[in-house]
Amino acid sequence: MKTMLNVALPKGRLGEKVYAMFEKAGFPCPSIKENNRKLIFENHEAGVRYFWVKPSDIAIYVERGAADVGIAGKDILLEYAPDVYELLDLGIGKCRMAVAAKKDFRYDMSRTLRVATKFKNIANAHYISKGMNIDIIHLNGSIEIAPILDLSDVIVDIVETGTTLKENNLDVVEEIVPISARLIANKTNFKFKSESIERLVRELSAQTEAKND
Amino acid sequence: MQNNELFLSFNEKVMFSLRSLYSSYGYSQYKMSRFEEYDLYARNKDFLISDSVITFTDTSGKLMALKPDVTLSIIKNIKEEPETLQKVFYNENVYRVSKGSHTYKEIMQAGLECFGDIDSYNICEVITLAAKSLKSISDSCVLDISHLGLLENVFESFSVPDFARSELIKLIGEKNTHELERLCEKLEIDSKSTQTLKLLVSTAGSPEEVLPILEKELADKTDITPIIRLKNIFDAIEESVKPMLRIDFSVVNDIKYYNGIVFKGFIEGIPASVLSGGQYDKLMQKMNRRSGAIGFAVYLDMLERFNISSNEYDIENLLIYSENSDLSKLNRYVKNLLKEGQTVLACKQIPQNTKYRRLINFDTEVG
Repeated sequence: MKTMLNVALPKGRLGEKVYAMFEKAGFPCPSIKENNRKLIFENHEAGVRYFWVKPSDIAIYVERGAADVGIAGKDILLEYAPDVYELLDLGIGKCRMAVAAKKDFRYDMSRTLRVATKFKNIANAHYISKGMNIDIIHLNGSIEIAPILDLSDVIVDIVETGTTLKENNLDVVEEIVPISARLIANKTNFKFKSESIERLVRELSAQTEAKND
Repeated sequence: MQNNELFLSFNEKVMFSLRSLYSSYGYSQYKMSRFEEYDLYARNKDFLISDSVITFTDTSGKLMALKPDVTLSIIKNIKEEPETLQKVFYNENVYRVSKGSHTYKEIMQAGLECFGDIDSYNICEVITLAAKSLKSISDSCVLDISHLGLLENVFESFSVPDFARSELIKLIGEKNTHELERLCEKLEIDSKSTQTLKLLVSTAGSPEEVLPILEKELADKTDITPIIRLKNIFDAIEESVKPMLRIDFSVVNDIKYYNGIVFKGFIEGIPASVLSGGQYDKLMQKMNRRSGAIGFAVYLDMLERFNISSNEYDIENLLIYSENSDLSKLNRYVKNLLKEGQTVLACKQIPQNTKYRRLINFDTEVG
């Protein structure tokens, strides 16, 4: 029996884009396009099994070997630091991790900075590197309202177009790191399925390079 | 007695075969206390996998710790004898915080250490033992080997500044060539050197295949003594372990402690490495020891979910007796079943959650 490559795809628009790239790379699975609520799809001939996973969980599936490879945002990889290989930057799902605050904001070094964020490790690392003392307020959503309600001084969050920030009268204070979708692989499975994973990496990198040219 | 092996768990079987393997190469068992002075770990925090340690105050007021690591204790306690080689193995529990649950876990670890003037034969032997340790767990295994000395030579030759080395090593460990390229650009490393670094990260495979490629690529760029040394070792190593060995520079143990050869072992079906080790002369120096050292640890806790043999039954015979059963007859009956090599659970009521092959009602069927 052909060994199956297990791929964790992020649910949503990004996942669909990624699947299109995988299909072009020689790992098709037509049943995935059927409109139903199934989460796992297989194509034995192509030797591939896809499953839809919440984007923030992809790294866990790959680190623990339930998926051989997966597509995760750099934000998740920086935040959770999973023990995986990061094989390719797919150059899609581009955005940036940034510090934002109310339009008239200035750093006040005499006080502890209050930072509202979903990404406490990234925020912490950023301010430690600046030697600043901060208080982290962990929120799970609608981070933008924290400075408006004076819950925090700044926020650390993903900024795509900046529209949400603008509509809430916030500005980007500084950019921390650019974010995009990355191909990650489980360290053990990479060794035992190296042939198909290496073929996948070759094909996908040819696609991303063609796009960059 | 011959059936006793049936009752060993997979972990225990592996542990026994590792013990006999290490003993056969002349390693002697090193037993140690569960406790160690906390100070030892406070001074070498970066060497530990997790920095949370269980501490308590001893009757004399000293701050003690439950061992989170074995190597540091052995280095601290072993007597250095000039010009002699000391070979020890251990099989101990260590206490660490598990990444998932954030609570302390007792972890069974086995491993070996070799102290003294480490020569090529010793390296060969330790690599052979690491490979054979993996093989005693499963045939489907690989031992990835890297050489930190070569990485340091390359960094030196390409003028990689000190502050960027740990970042670079992290990227090498992730096989992350795209960010490595960006970092090199930021550090103003020329494109030719960047390509060489990328090659070093992305080339992995059998020593016969990979080492000649790297030798050719690096010969005019840096000191390639480590490659020559690796080649000599692989040429000499036992044929039976050769197919398991791979060169992979993404194996990067902490360069503050390790130098020279480092390696990690993987087994198909276990998501993370089960074996890790290498030469750690730098750690020895930090602890004021003059000799060199090489060793490795096998994480036996990783095997817990591996090769689970699902027994159809918990017990072969479930023997139900009552208040009225004849005690000496009952005893005799149990003894006879055991003599036939069967297992038997005697009780008055059928226990819940027990799977049995045969139910015997003592009073109606036997007594």
